[in-house]
Amino acid sequence: MKYPDFNQTVPIDHVGVEERVSRLNKRSIKKDSKIQALKMALSMIDLTTLEGKDSPGKVIQLCQKAKRPHPAVPDLPTVAAICVYPSMVSVAKNALKGTDINVASVATAFPSGQSPLSMRLEDTKFAVSEGADEIDMVISRGAFLNGEYQLVFDEIAAVKEACGEAHLKVILETGELHTYENVRKASDIAMHAGADFIKTSTGKTSPAATQPVTLVMLEAIRDFYYDTGKMIGMKPAGGIRTAKQAIQYLVIVKETLGADWLNKDYFRFGASSLTNDLLMQIVKQQTGHYQSLDYFSND
Amino acid sequence: MSDSRIDVKKTYKMYLGGNFPRSESGRTYKVYDGDKNLLANACQGSRKDFRDAVKIARGAFSGWSARSAYNRGQILYRIAEMLEDRRDQFMKELGPIGFKTAEAEADINASIDRLIYYAGWADKYQQVFGSINPVASSHFNFSLLEPTGVVAAFAPEKSPLLGLASVIAPIIVGGNTCVVLASEEYPLPAISFAEVLNSSDVPGGVVNILTGFREELSEHFSTHMDVNAMVYTDKLPQEMKKSIDENASLNVKRIINKPIDDWYSEEAQSPYFLTNFQETKTTWHPVGF
Repeated sequence: MKYPDFNQTVPIDHVGVEERVSRLNKRSIKKDSKIQALKMALSMIDLTTLEGKDSPGKVIQLCQKAKRPHPAVPDLPTVAAICVYPSMVSVAKNALKGTDINVASVATAFPSGQSPLSMRLEDTKFAVSEGADEIDMVISRGAFLNGEYQLVFDEIAAVKEACGEAHLKVILETGELHTYENVRKASDIAMHAGADFIKTSTGKTSPAATQPVTLVMLEAIRDFYYDTGKMIGMKPAGGIRTAKQAIQYLVIVKETLGADWLNKDYFRFGASSLTNDLLMQIVKQQTGHYQSLDYFSND
Repeated sequence: MSDSRIDVKKTYKMYLGGNFPRSESGRTYKVYDGDKNLLANACQGSRKDFRDAVKIARGAFSGWSARSAYNRGQILYRIAEMLEDRRDQFMKELGPIGFKTAEAEADINASIDRLIYYAGWADKYQQVFGSINPVASSHFNFSLLEPTGVVAAFAPEKSPLLGLASVIAPIIVGGNTCVVLASEEYPLPAISFAEVLNSSDVPGGVVNILTGFREELSEHFSTHMDVNAMVYTDKLPQEMKKSIDENASLNVKRIINKPIDDWYSEEAQSPYFLTNFQETKTTWHPVGF
């Protein structure tokens, strides 16, 4: 595979990106299509708990929710994955035995990524040995902004190697990259270095995922697919809270990459509060009554 | 200035979350005075507007209910002050819809008094209706009142200002937030009252006022699962009443229906109205440790 020169910049039409997104947001999706979209979005969620206060009990509870998002509605899909810190991987793995729900783990000194490479690799190997199916890594934003693209590339490649069988999602932390050009460049670096997914944010900084940034990344994925024939997945994370936003994202994916990407193998939502809003909307579609959060579990 | 100046008519909008938006649906309906002359256009609120309003009211609930009772009393008093200040505006609005000058004056006075009445109760109802309960074991056992949550209300049809204020005050003074459907025939004073609320320290979202048709909205008012209580004071058609009661059972909403004909009377104000929107929480606390 021929690597592009990462010192070159792919020009991005800022106005065009934002214009395109706002036009796609005007699609009206109703009735059966809406129910289908809501269920699809639900099946793409990485249910996440990344807090200092995480305990085995909390993770197990989250796994229950992943398996049966809302007991009152039987024909719901399960979510795509549970996303936890490495120390909780085995707990989640156990709780999800017998399901096809993946366990994802954030490794490489999440969320800052500020520790030596050797430790980040150890972190990754530990998570994989505990049974993680997917690894979410963060790139070194400091190095990236410094122009040390080769370093960033090598680190991602090293982590990819440490992942072994596990899928690698590379978090660009777009909120810290400042420009669309940087987002595009980081996406290209990540994909060429071996990422299976590229992901917008850790969810720990603001702004997290935005639709224009997602569009830029999706276009990078499209160009990469044309170049190499390899399909890379996309995961916007952080700040997606409502069913309406989620459906807008699905429209953007459909219009940029096509229906092949509209499944949990190639598109994920890193969003926890989104789950309940999706469930509330699904129940609303079924019963005709607007719902209250009182009737949905918190985690 | 020339005499041929064209009168600038006010555009009446709804009041949601401290803002004055138009209806999401873009619909309006015509509001007439007593002589069938067009007064203004009012927004015809939709199901979506109601849903938005409930969401906003729910969002405002935790902040409002966490305020001290004393502070809520102060704010109610402030509403009364601002209403006093805007007397002229309400005189102008009540006139065309059939209030004679003296009547309009009395209506505004009574509205101000009513707000102050409930402002006074703000930090007192807990003492009167809460209690320490005698129990046989070694426990302190006390009952406290807590606000029920989001309350949906139909404002009285024939008393667009006094009736409206009398419905809103007991709901919010106890820490609830509300979504109120203004009088269908006379919605204008309700929106002016919203301007009063907006300029009197009431946090956005505590009171949300919609204008529109009862017939259309009653189902949504009563089925919404995030509404904890619903209140109306008019005699509704039997059918509507029945469907409201049935729909309310979905989430066991409280339905408060107390027909009041004369809003000036003593029976139109009572601390018991406040308790309609309160839940009693009883706590057991061991003694002797």
